Amino acid sequence: MSKEPVAVVGVGQTQHTAARRDVSLAGLVREAALRALEDAELTWADIDAVVIGKAPDFFEGVMMPELYLADALGAVGKPLLRVHTAGSVGGSTALVAATQVAARIHRTVLTLAFEKQSESNAMWGLSLPVPFQQPLLAGAGGFFAPHVRAYMRRTGAPAGTGALVAYKDRRNALRNPYAHLHERGLTLEKVRSSPMLWDPIRYSETCPSSDGACAMVLTDRAGAARAPRPCAWMHGGAMRSEPTLFAGKDCVSPRAGRDCAADVYRQAGITDPRRQIDAVEMYVPFSWYEPMWLENLGFAAEGEGWKLVESGITELDGELPVNPSGGVLSTNPIGASGMIRFAEAALQVRGEAGEHQVEGARTALGHAYGGGSQFFAMWVVGDAPPTG
Amino acid sequence: MREVAIVAFAQSDHRPDTSDVSEVEMLMPVLRRVLDDVGLTAGEIGFTCSGSSDYLAGRAFSFTMALDGVGAWPPISESHVEMDGAWALHEAWTKLLTGEADTALVYSYGKSSPGDLREVLTRQLDPYYLAPLWPDSVSLAALQAQALIDAGETDERALAGVAHRSRTAAEANPHAQLSGSAAPGPLLDTPYLVRPLRRHDCPPIGDGAAAVVLAAGDTARGLCPRPAWIRGIDHRVEPHALGVRELTRSPSTRLAAERAGAFDAPVDTAELHAPFTSQEVLLRRELRLGADVRVNPSGGALAANPMMAAGLIRLGEAAAAIHRGGSDRALAHATSGPCLQQNLVAVLEGEPS
Amino acid sequence: MTPAPSSSEALRAPLVVEFPFTRSLGPVQSDFLTGLRERTVLGVRTTDGRVLVPPVEYDPVTAAELRDLVEVAPTGTVTTWAWNPSPSRGQPLDTPFAWVLVRLDGADTALLHALDAPGPEAVRTGMRVRIRWAERRTGAITDIACFTPDGDAAAPAAGPAPHSGEFTEPVRGIVAPARLDYTYAPGRAQTRFLAALAGRRTVGERCPSCRKVYVPPRGACPTCGVATAEQVEVGPHGTVTTFCIVNIKAKNLDIEVPYVYAHIALDGAGLALHGRIAGIPYDQVRMGLRVTPVWTEDGRYPDHYRPTGEPDADYDTYKELL
Repeated sequence: MSKEPVAVVGVGQTQHTAARRDVSLAGLVREAALRALEDAELTWADIDAVVIGKAPDFFEGVMMPELYLADALGAVGKPLLRVHTAGSVGGSTALVAATQVAARIHRTVLTLAFEKQSESNAMWGLSLPVPFQQPLLAGAGGFFAPHVRAYMRRTGAPAGTGALVAYKDRRNALRNPYAHLHERGLTLEKVRSSPMLWDPIRYSETCPSSDGACAMVLTDRAGAARAPRPCAWMHGGAMRSEPTLFAGKDCVSPRAGRDCAADVYRQAGITDPRRQIDAVEMYVPFSWYEPMWLENLGFAAEGEGWKLVESGITELDGELPVNPSGGVLSTNPIGASGMIRFAEAALQVRGEAGEHQVEGARTALGHAYGGGSQFFAMWVVGDAPPTG
Repeated sequence: MREVAIVAFAQSDHRPDTSDVSEVEMLMPVLRRVLDDVGLTAGEIGFTCSGSSDYLAGRAFSFTMALDGVGAWPPISESHVEMDGAWALHEAWTKLLTGEADTALVYSYGKSSPGDLREVLTRQLDPYYLAPLWPDSVSLAALQAQALIDAGETDERALAGVAHRSRTAAEANPHAQLSGSAAPGPLLDTPYLVRPLRRHDCPPIGDGAAAVVLAAGDTARGLCPRPAWIRGIDHRVEPHALGVRELTRSPSTRLAAERAGAFDAPVDTAELHAPFTSQEVLLRRELRLGADVRVNPSGGALAANPMMAAGLIRLGEAAAAIHRGGSDRALAHATSGPCLQQNLVAVLEGEPS
Repeated sequence: MTPAPSSSEALRAPLVVEFPFTRSLGPVQSDFLTGLRERTVLGVRTTDGRVLVPPVEYDPVTAAELRDLVEVAPTGTVTTWAWNPSPSRGQPLDTPFAWVLVRLDGADTALLHALDAPGPEAVRTGMRVRIRWAERRTGAITDIACFTPDGDAAAPAAGPAPHSGEFTEPVRGIVAPARLDYTYAPGRAQTRFLAALAGRRTVGERCPSCRKVYVPPRGACPTCGVATAEQVEVGPHGTVTTFCIVNIKAKNLDIEVPYVYAHIALDGAGLALHGRIAGIPYDQVRMGLRVTPVWTEDGRYPDHYRPTGEPDADYDTYKELL
């Protein structure tokens, strides 16, 4: 028995911002869920199951908050599953939901991911002190900056590549009404002269801390046939994990990421990702991760990712637009960030991305990662149903 | 639909305090045992899924360190739920149904000993109206127990009977944290913990881990002489607020059981995740279990209740009964949330020998 | 190779997880909690006419958005109860009390709170109770101090009255402090590592399968999934594999910026650990720099690492450790 094809028929996200003081936790997830339902022109009664994801519960100080959120998500009387795979969770959550449709357990599933970081403080949640352990000596960026330096050493990338990515993503965000950061006056010069926080990472090359949620409605062929707007069809989906720290770990280009990409490409029949994929939404929390992931995901040969960036190919009007939405650099409700990548990829192939639509996008990649560059989740979506 | 079975089950000895070992040190021997049982390595497993909770550990991302015990290299296809491992099993079962994997490793673990569990679980409640009052898990279960008593569904003597039967059964369970019991009469002479519940009505608080291996079709037959086939599995959730629910009923359990096919044919064994004696009374009725059904021959959650693992253990115990020929059709149940808010029901069968 | 010391003396230490969470309330919860401040109890009416108290934003049955507020009475009936003989931190009363679900007059659902009663014999399902308001009210569920027995008083005849939910100076958010006390126990491998560290020796553990040396050891070889036990002393010298220069002061860290935060592969270790580099201007730190730990009197870990003066390590010798 072959798998049931999975279609995205509804996408919704909240207005992302540093602090959504106008809504409760329930109100936040509800805003995204309702928009996804409205997009699909469905009601709560049409939903068979709910799959929800978020990063650590300590961010909001609610243990297993899905229990409290069951009512707001219309999950009462339905199956409700809660996923947590660190930063990749938004992507993993979508994949778990998609599997329920593919396995024909449920026909129409609401999947949602959120974070309301303003309820606490992200750095507090990320670095609860653990007795006996050496404290991390360097804030959030300090965790990533040494890997960026290793990348630069390995590839000979010039110091300015990261600024190009940051400038591009922030400009793209101006076309995305839901993005957290709308920095209208930003110039490349301002990015390049912004404070060097964790050398080699500058302030303007770091992601914000956001409140936000993202939701999608996934359905089977019959559901897709009734959809009022174009669908995005899932052509491949995969998760890969490797240990946090281990002897032989490649922190610059983790094997779990390469393996995960290879798996989704195989499923989607992609042999030349650079040519066959029209738009990429990748998880880039610090600008330098764009060239790093371009290599890890097979868009560039090893050592060549920064050249792709420098050539302008990843710009919105380039050959391979990366993060037309503005990406994590412009919007980062941690638990939702991965799902926003997946949803934005779906919007592109549906032709529903509005001002940041990539002209003629037919195949798109959504990418998420988390933990110590150890958990990866990806999907490839297309504008036509998978064949065979 | 593809046939999927539980082919192996292992659990730790459940203990009130395991501060001599880290989580991964507690979990790893269980993983080794369950994989050795089927002769597979982590790399040969098609999909891995786990369940645990950061709030028990008091540390964010606690599950990432537990992954060290799996040996996830080369990288594995893997996921994690912030739920009891029974729901991780559901996710893995779904994955196997798609044909993307033929085998799955499911594990979960929980250490309650680092914190005050009754306090920690208050953080699971509505953060606006409930959590600020710090109502502890035993008190909430007591509200439900009183509602059942008021409704004439049970009484304190019957509850003591459940405790006595469960902990007597646990004498045959080498992993149990609490086994052996005074007779119901003397139990009623002990003081209340939170009236109407006495200590014997409540689960032991402790630490433990569990793991199962799932396999599909002929792979399952090759790995296990008598696989425990999952004939149906379903889970449902109820509203969160206790004051909105009818506490003497568990509609989510009833619905999950219907969807899992539990009422299609009688079961001979049931492993119920009823941490409190009163909840067994309620679940028995919702699941329509007759007097001829062996309920919790392992002792159930009253013998060992490692958070995040106790539900998966019910599935494992039910499967193990089928593996050893002690059951032909068994029901397993898992719960999560205050007063049975969320429930999972699975029906397992062995092939006629 | 030395045998592992006994693990009977496993380390333990208190771990406090505490934060004052700032919760925005949204419309209905804001109205309800503001109402409590004004000694007014609001409920919300569902589309099928039921009145939910406490009011929620979304219908638990239909998931419909609810906004139709009504005022209900401060009196009601106990629907179930539980006697709590030993109140704990944060609970509404510090003397023995009953937890109760109370259906307020005019409501169809029940609210959870505490009942101040002399003893369990004074409590029963069906008894009449009344809200005792907190003296100082801020717009929180704790503005209800508790319930008290209300004798034989009958329920008021009037039903719930419509309410606009409008108050002056509405409460939009609450601060919900939460403190949980844990005892952290790092386990056998970490205990062995820390014991050696107390003698200023860095002792890793070798995987019996892949033979890699883990520093610090975490109890399992993460790639092989087996316990590590064979003790291997590494260092003290090591190589900076990569680093960053920290220019912003981290909270709770008393280190003058800029400083260098580095990954350091100690000689003999299979992977790098983290440390600060000093004893050299920050802008002269480089990949490949050879360093050695510098200890302070009371530090559990080296305070920092300083250059040894050896020639830099060749990139090829440490590139696999990046």
